[in-house]
Amino acid sequence: MTGIRGRTSNWPAVLRVSEEYTMSAEVNFFIDDKPVQARAGEKILWAALDNGIEIPHLCAEREREEPFGACRLCFVEVEGRDLPVLSCSEPVAAGMRVHTRSERVDRLRRTAFELLMSHHDLDCKNCARNRSCALQKLAGTLKVSLRPKRFRKLPTEAPVDDSHAAIVLNPNRCILCGKCVWVCNQAGRSGVLDFVFRGLRTRVAPFRLEPLGDSECDDCMRCVDSCPVGALTRKKDPAESTSGPPGPLEQQQKA
Amino acid sequence: MDAKESDRGGRVREAYALLRQGAVDRCEAEAKDQLPIIQVGTATCGRAAGALETLAAIREELDARDMAGRVVEVGCNGHCYAEPLVTIHKEGWPPILYGTVNPGIAKVLIQRFLGEDDPCFEYLLGGLEPHEIVPALKDFPRSAHEHRSLLKHCGVIDPEDFDGAVRAGVYGGLARALRMDPEEVIEEIKRSKLKGLGGAGFETWRKWQACRQSPGPEKIVICNADEGDPGAFMDRSLLEGDPHSILEGMAICAWAVGASIGKIYVRAEYPLAVERVRKAIGQAEEAGLLGENILGSGLGLRLEVFEAAGAFVCGEETALIASIEGRRGMPRLRPPYPADRGLYGRPTVINNVKTFASVQRILEEGWEAFERLGVGSTRGTTVFALAGKVMNTGLVEVPMGTSLRQLVFEMGGGIPDGKRFKAVQIGGPSGGCLPESLLDTPIGFKSLREAGAMMGSGGMVVLDEGNCMVETARFFLDFTQKESCGKCTFCRIGTQQMLVILEDICRGEGSMEQLDLLESLAEDIRLGSLCNLGKTAPNPILTTIRHFRDEYEAHVLEKRCPAKVCTALTAHYILPDKCERSCDACVGSCPTEAIWVNAKRIKVIDQALCIQCGACVDACPPQYQAVVRISPLADLPDRGEQPKQEKGDDEG
Repeated sequence: MTGIRGRTSNWPAVLRVSEEYTMSAEVNFFIDDKPVQARAGEKILWAALDNGIEIPHLCAEREREEPFGACRLCFVEVEGRDLPVLSCSEPVAAGMRVHTRSERVDRLRRTAFELLMSHHDLDCKNCARNRSCALQKLAGTLKVSLRPKRFRKLPTEAPVDDSHAAIVLNPNRCILCGKCVWVCNQAGRSGVLDFVFRGLRTRVAPFRLEPLGDSECDDCMRCVDSCPVGALTRKKDPAESTSGPPGPLEQQQKA
Repeated sequence: MDAKESDRGGRVREAYALLRQGAVDRCEAEAKDQLPIIQVGTATCGRAAGALETLAAIREELDARDMAGRVVEVGCNGHCYAEPLVTIHKEGWPPILYGTVNPGIAKVLIQRFLGEDDPCFEYLLGGLEPHEIVPALKDFPRSAHEHRSLLKHCGVIDPEDFDGAVRAGVYGGLARALRMDPEEVIEEIKRSKLKGLGGAGFETWRKWQACRQSPGPEKIVICNADEGDPGAFMDRSLLEGDPHSILEGMAICAWAVGASIGKIYVRAEYPLAVERVRKAIGQAEEAGLLGENILGSGLGLRLEVFEAAGAFVCGEETALIASIEGRRGMPRLRPPYPADRGLYGRPTVINNVKTFASVQRILEEGWEAFERLGVGSTRGTTVFALAGKVMNTGLVEVPMGTSLRQLVFEMGGGIPDGKRFKAVQIGGPSGGCLPESLLDTPIGFKSLREAGAMMGSGGMVVLDEGNCMVETARFFLDFTQKESCGKCTFCRIGTQQMLVILEDICRGEGSMEQLDLLESLAEDIRLGSLCNLGKTAPNPILTTIRHFRDEYEAHVLEKRCPAKVCTALTAHYILPDKCERSCDACVGSCPTEAIWVNAKRIKVIDQALCIQCGACVDACPPQYQAVVRISPLADLPDRGEQPKQEKGDDEG
């Protein structure tokens, strides 16, 4: 009701909210009119998931202290707020009324998903992530085709990096959720991966665009495990696999 | 407590009085000889126009004639259309400003004005003070609305002369602020109603207050000089022409919020600004205006320059912070706001160069003088970089509330070549295009936002009837897409999808459905993007569709570019009855040899070879004006002539 003006005038109050993060009191609030309880300061997204309410998301990571906020899928409506808010970064508050769906939110999610798909090298049957892919799951949840017609398919022409013994990096399938960059740059990890270039050319690559095989990668495979799509995958030969269960495609091949 | 405060006040008053007296004394001792002073504007804009050559010519001529004169380098005074600029102060005359002074004119000025006391009216722009026979600059239409406050020292003082700056009043504001309590300084800013001049128009005092109240032993103040809009150069001019005012504004802010570290984030592409700011920091440290215990107040502030690599998105404050920390310049979600958790996790205030200059003026002259100007909730003055199809390009400073019409037609002198005004693009790639009907919009954050544009950092590009609005929108979007950090979906892919549609429309391959898609996608991007770069990227499209829908429809439905700019929809054509047989100026001008001469010696363009560069339009003598642009292509007359054979004859 008060809109942006109201928000800015409450600004110092917003800052004070951050002090409450440290308190672990439970607060009661509502998601889609269902009463739910969560730790004060918990983000709406995790509170919803913990209560069995699905909110589409791609880049959010619970362990991540600063939400990345890049995929723009997890928008929800909060009563009293003029604009949709990102559920991955908005903390819950007592009495808050959250709505996971609205015409506006549905539209934003749909557009964001269609945009992602318009710049995705869609080749499910040759993709190691087939049937365990976050995009396939989302298409089902959002009831949007994996080949939306609204936007033109943009060319995906980045080179595929298969120089590593166990990992294939295919930037053309990447949705830039940033999870691999995050895990790779955690304390104690090799810090090889980061974003390079700008605009549509932005992609994940090893430092100085070195081939992954020549990089300082310590083969921890966490980037592969974190990838929700088929951008970072294990090489098909199971002998090359160092950890974790084989992907669905490999299971199929074994069968 | 009170006694202690007044102690500090007394110490500051004394230290400042001593500093200023010293500076004034030294300036006066220097001026005792009453030598004529020749000021040359050698900011980057002046240098590009040849100011350094002019400077050398002046020195050479003075030496050659064995004349005495003090040659001083100053910053840019905003009359960029008439660079290089020279101001001569001579006993018995008001200071006189001369425009387009090339080395030849410079020598004439030395010889005739300094030597023979002839003020050379033919090269004059205007006198800077009223005088009986020298027309004053103040009487020009441009000066009627101009109010120089932020720019008051630019082009007037020598930016490298510390004493001159102090004599002009710089650091007076800091001395006043240090006698006040930090809370009083914030109150002073609050009363002035100053809003950040970086674009968003957030109230400065709120930022400061939040940072002051944020707990933390070490706080940081950052000056955002990452000026990146195409055609905007206000911040550069201020840093080059009046660096001490910016340092002072930062010191005042540091006092108000309790900061002890300051960073000036300047593009590395501004080498002169970097050099002058570094020099100014050195001078201020030497004089005790930076460093430990400033003017005996107990305030300690270390300032340093951070040379930025020049990404547009790094003007966004969280991306700027990431960039200083050595990470990729990518915005992050807010909150936490920088005032809470900023650079290296410390509470941080980030303000634009012009905001810090305003802070200096407010503390020097009092909030009343600032608040008196302006309209509604937007007070004070702002600086615009006037560019594009306007007579007098350059920097203009006007009180908020001045109308766009006054800015374009009175201060800018209107549109050159008798062409018709079409639109004004305000706020750079994040701004919008406003048509003639909105020219009476007063300049202010709210009024411009309501009109669909944005104050932005102050770039203003004037467009005339020869500009295609679709092409203009495409140009700005191309910029935003290339400068997108690539983080969020809407900005990274959405802007590219909009660009693809615009390119289609410019080629005449667009459809009305695509136009609708463009509009709805623009709305989604505005709502869904992470940072303001994405949120504002659709502005040029939304405003051009809103105000110039007919142009979009002409491209889509009639395959016609009304401004005859889009090359795929336009052809060049030589009117046979206007073409002069004895002239073949166009033939030589054509880079692709597309123009041939028929049997009647009339020139004909071979459309298959023509690349629409327009060289023949410029080459055709004005008395003929035989070359015209035609759009749509269907209107191109078919003269049924075969160029190939003629060409073959020529070659044979």
